[in-house]
Amino acid sequence: MSQTTEQVQEYIQQRYKAGFYTDIDEDRVPAGLNEEIIAMISAKKNEPEWLLEWRLKAFQQWKKMVGPNWAHLKLPPIDFQKIHYYAAPKQENRPKSLDEVDPKLLETFDKLGVPLHERERLAGVAVDAVFDSVSVGTTFQKELKEAGVIFCSFSEAVQEYPDLVREYLGSVVPHTDNYFAALNSAVFTDGSFVYIPKDTRCPMELSTYFRINARDTGQFERTLIVAEPGSHVSYLEGCTAPMRDENQLHAAVVELVAKERAHIKYSTVQNWYPGDENGKGGIYNFVTKRGDCREDDSRITWTQVETGSAITWKYPSCILRGDRSSGEFYSVALTRNYQQADTGTKMIHLGKNTTSKIIAKGISAGHSNNSYRGLVRMAPRAESARNYTQCDSLLIGKQCGAHTFPYIESFNPTAKVEHEATTSRIGEDQLFYCRSRGLGEEDAVALIVDGFCKEVFKELPMEFAVEAKALLEISLEGAVG
Amino acid sequence: MLRINNLHVSIDGKEILKGLNLEIGAGELHAIMGPNGSGKSTLGYVMAGREGYDITEGSIEFEGKDLNDMEPEDRAAAGLFLAFQYPVEIPGVNNAYFLRSALNAQKKARGEEEVDSMTFLKTVRESLGQLKMDDTLLKRAVNEGFSGGEKKRNEIVQMAILQPKLAVLDETDSGLDIDALKLVAEGINRLRNPERSFMVITHYQRLLEHLTPDHVHVLSGGRIIESGGKELAERLEREGYSYLQAEAAEA
Ligand SMILES: Nc1ncnc2c1ncn2[C@@H]1O[C@H](COP(=O)(O)OP(=O)(O)O)[C@@H](O)[C@H]1O
Ligand SMILES: [Mg+2]
Repeated sequence: MSQTTEQVQEYIQQRYKAGFYTDIDEDRVPAGLNEEIIAMISAKKNEPEWLLEWRLKAFQQWKKMVGPNWAHLKLPPIDFQKIHYYAAPKQENRPKSLDEVDPKLLETFDKLGVPLHERERLAGVAVDAVFDSVSVGTTFQKELKEAGVIFCSFSEAVQEYPDLVREYLGSVVPHTDNYFAALNSAVFTDGSFVYIPKDTRCPMELSTYFRINARDTGQFERTLIVAEPGSHVSYLEGCTAPMRDENQLHAAVVELVAKERAHIKYSTVQNWYPGDENGKGGIYNFVTKRGDCREDDSRITWTQVETGSAITWKYPSCILRGDRSSGEFYSVALTRNYQQADTGTKMIHLGKNTTSKIIAKGISAGHSNNSYRGLVRMAPRAESARNYTQCDSLLIGKQCGAHTFPYIESFNPTAKVEHEATTSRIGEDQLFYCRSRGLGEEDAVALIVDGFCKEVFKELPMEFAVEAKALLEISLEGAVG
Repeated sequence: MLRINNLHVSIDGKEILKGLNLEIGAGELHAIMGPNGSGKSTLGYVMAGREGYDITEGSIEFEGKDLNDMEPEDRAAAGLFLAFQYPVEIPGVNNAYFLRSALNAQKKARGEEEVDSMTFLKTVRESLGQLKMDDTLLKRAVNEGFSGGEKKRNEIVQMAILQPKLAVLDETDSGLDIDALKLVAEGINRLRNPERSFMVITHYQRLLEHLTPDHVHVLSGGRIIESGGKELAERLEREGYSYLQAEAAEA
């Protein structure tokens, strides 16, 4: 049976619902990467001198670095001179409130399920919406301010709270950290800034939605979260991009600072365009995420559900500096078609009695490759530190691969590291059992996969757990048989 | 209800069932007995539609429909139920959620209205109580960490909820103590009615004592070699299968 291109297109659209493009006039800098371009970006954002200098230092550093060469990722060379490093919807003046935002942009976020206007916005979740290189608006800002919480775009933070930004920017991920972190430091455009004052429990979920729209661009956002002693915050990020045949680059940096007794919960539902079933197109997702448990009894929890991107390279990490501080990493990474994911975490135990827990679930289908790579380091001072790691891989079909690379470095004899790993193929017996009870094949697969991911999903805030589950189901359609 | 005609089934090219004939009418309970490896589970699996069990000759008709043309889930929706000899564990999947999804999938396929969670929970709790199973089993993952006996009783709970027209029970009595065996037998008897049929696969006479089968068949070497009433089961208990197999070999 032959299908029209339109039907096929429609079918693919159903699979990747966020694949549309918003036709909007954009203001962009010329393609290319040099000092002039960086100065242009900095000028557009009206940045102080010190920040431009910081960017240029990072750029000098980046030029000296070479791109990573990973054993388990096939990465075609990227032409950094072809990318436009800044693209933003044209507007006369920066909108002062959401009412002044271009309706086309509001409509875009509506369509993505993140309504921004007052009437329809999600209750209990404040949203910062980033479109290409700029934030188009942040909801509930007033309510948050009353609680003393700062939640705004990074650009706004640079203008309104320059001292805070200057104090913490690069304090967790230095501009020299790695190739993509250095690149990000040179050209970053927008992202979110969060500050939770002492002994404050953030009254609602904070969330940032990242949308890549423009062609031939990349997204280089930066997020910085500072939690003062005794504070608590739960933050979520989501992201999508149009379907295109060309690959697009996303290189973000996220820095978290948790002070004494503070708890930062950072969750991600990553749904960048993964490319088509032949491996054409998709986002290259190279992200540096790191949390610093800077003081005693602090805690950082990373939860991620990764279903999108052609290539994912990402290791949300915790530096457990304070005594008794703890880090957690819960991850579900699903790859299908020709997607490649190399993801995991690093738990660096520096303080005494620090604890970390890693639960990583990898699901591979089609011709995809899914690797867990994790480092647990027990420093000499990490008296009685503990780590527990569990990595499970689930294979759907026969052409996919799953790999586990645990690195353990222990320099303290009292520290304890536990590691468990399993790999299983989705059981024919499980499928048959479900089907013999009346469940269709795809529902059965979704059910089994959902069960496999249970320990991770329960860490997500409710609404997002539902979304993550639905996303996995859509991603798995047609993966068996 | 069920008509199996000269059924030949192969697994990986190896013939396991070799010309099996069997008819089960509405409301009847048939017992299938036979030595290990004679093909009893194979019969259950092929009826439920397991992959790799190829019908090379003959047919299975269920309510006039050829089962070979139907997917496993369609057979379930049409009213066929198999209680597994070895129930499968599904880690992380809530037992109650699993059963309700299955029930609603069947109802949807039949064009019936789905059940709401309140009504569902009420009926499941009732079934659990009847089988003396703890409510907490509902919150646990499907069969995960269940004892052997709990797994078997869980199959009976599923049957009670799904209300099939024909239930195939594959050694549901194996590994049960006397009390659990009684509960399972009661569970089956509760469901007996003039429309519903059962195929009870068992090694032992003791389950049949509680069930009073209408017919007893002996499966050996991929064929039914003897059929009779419940007195056949009693004789097998006394004398073993060897006398029948000797007769069959002579024939
Ligand atoms: N997956 C399989 N592949 C090959 N042979 C099988 C398979 N499953 C069962 N058999 C064989 O089929 C025969 C019948 O098995 P089974 O139906 O389980 O017997 P029973 O349930 O009566 O003990 C046995 O000889 C067994 O070894
Ligand atoms: Mg058997």
